[in-house]
Amino acid sequence: MIETINIKKSFNDKEILSGINSTFHKGKTNLIIGSSGTGKSVLLKCIVGLVKPDDGRVLFDGRDFTNGTREEITEIRREIGMLFQGAALFDSQTVEENVMFPLDMLTKMPKEEKIDRVNFCLKRVGLENANKKMPSELSGGMKKRVGIARAIVNNSRYLFCDEPNSGLDPRTSILIDNLIKEITEEFEITTVIVTHDMNSVMEIGDTIIFMYQGKKLWEGDSDNILEGDVKELREFIFANKLMKKLQKH
Amino acid sequence: MKQLGLFFIFLGHLFTNREPFKIYINRIFDEAVSIGVGSVFIVSIVSSFIGAVTAVQTAYNLIAPYIPKTVIGLLVRDTTILELAPTIMAIVLAGKVGSNIASELGTMRITEQIDALEVMGINSASYLVLPKIIAFIFTYPMLVILAAFLSMLGGYIAGVLTDSVTPSQYIIGLRQDFVPFNVSFAMIKSVVFAFLIASISSFKGYYTQGGALEVGKSSTSAVTNSCIAILLADFLLAQLLL
Repeated sequence: MIETINIKKSFNDKEILSGINSTFHKGKTNLIIGSSGTGKSVLLKCIVGLVKPDDGRVLFDGRDFTNGTREEITEIRREIGMLFQGAALFDSQTVEENVMFPLDMLTKMPKEEKIDRVNFCLKRVGLENANKKMPSELSGGMKKRVGIARAIVNNSRYLFCDEPNSGLDPRTSILIDNLIKEITEEFEITTVIVTHDMNSVMEIGDTIIFMYQGKKLWEGDSDNILEGDVKELREFIFANKLMKKLQKH
Repeated sequence: MKQLGLFFIFLGHLFTNREPFKIYINRIFDEAVSIGVGSVFIVSIVSSFIGAVTAVQTAYNLIAPYIPKTVIGLLVRDTTILELAPTIMAIVLAGKVGSNIASELGTMRITEQIDALEVMGINSASYLVLPKIIAFIFTYPMLVILAAFLSMLGGYIAGVLTDSVTPSQYIIGLRQDFVPFNVSFAMIKSVVFAFLIASISSFKGYYTQGGALEVGKSSTSAVTNSCIAILLADFLLAQLLL
């Protein structure tokens, strides 16, 4: 479980996050949704430690990530896997090297064991024959899948995904969403996903936080989001024609 | 001044909380091949022609009959060892290696590859930059030695082919009044210049913000700042050591 307690962040005197309190549960896909520029990605970066919050704390299973000692923070970091918006694969390495990278850096596993683990993860994401390919040879969806394999290869306890289906077609988006959900449940991971894609919200949103202008305005799940009575949330959900038509029906 | 302060903080960050040294070994060799071996061609071409041009132009300016032709060899040797090999090559490599380092790190920054390392708990600055600096500090002096040799060879070939000097006169000139400390001075300069190019370019690339346009700007800025730093250090070292 991950908790954020009163997270605040400003850039150049502009308040981006104004006291976010939230809980992300183990074995569930926890979504942070909202329009562009509402502070979703900044909140995610505060949680994973890429941005230091001005105030507040982040707790990983009760362990203080914001104010912990260097050793404690390093220990937590090594339990984190992250899928970036553009997958962030290392250009100069093959798929296998990319996925093996966390094992090379963070473990003393024998080479054969590492290869087995990499092959298991690549098979799990449906890329069993892509070991020797370079990132430039992969499609957007394949890159995301390699990114997921890299994120889970080290038996991560926490998985973070920043816009996992941006730039993907609807079918591939659903495949990626379902893959993340399956992996979350299978390995009992605490998964936090930042998205503004309503398909993802309806498909995999076990818990959902809606953000607006740096504040958490609503909290719920995919079963009750359509009944949410917050004006900004309704504007967000029913922004496109398809959803408007569904609303009328 | 703020940039200078950030630069020193960046250098300090390379050595704090770094990964075990064995992780760097392979990366240092990879970088040495990429930076050092990858620069042999350009260094060979530039140094050979610089030596040739120095020999021909020295001969052209030797009007007085009482000045011996051996001066051509002597002049090529001293200008090459003192200035052309370490400094001009540093300027050339600031363009090639410096822009390469800045654009590589800048691209890694804007494509979130550096963030990916940080999320894993790896000191990205140390992991990415330290091997480049160490590799360049080891390979650049070798490139300077190669450049000095090829420059003198270029001077010899040009001088002999244009009948400006005989082979024996050139060789005598090369060996005349040789000061061994000049070689040490060139090596000291090469180590300092290598550090400046690799660290300044890495700093500019590592802190790139924005998109492709900013990567280009970082690359340009890396070359410009490296060149200024090289020239400043060249003057300071000459004042201090000669």
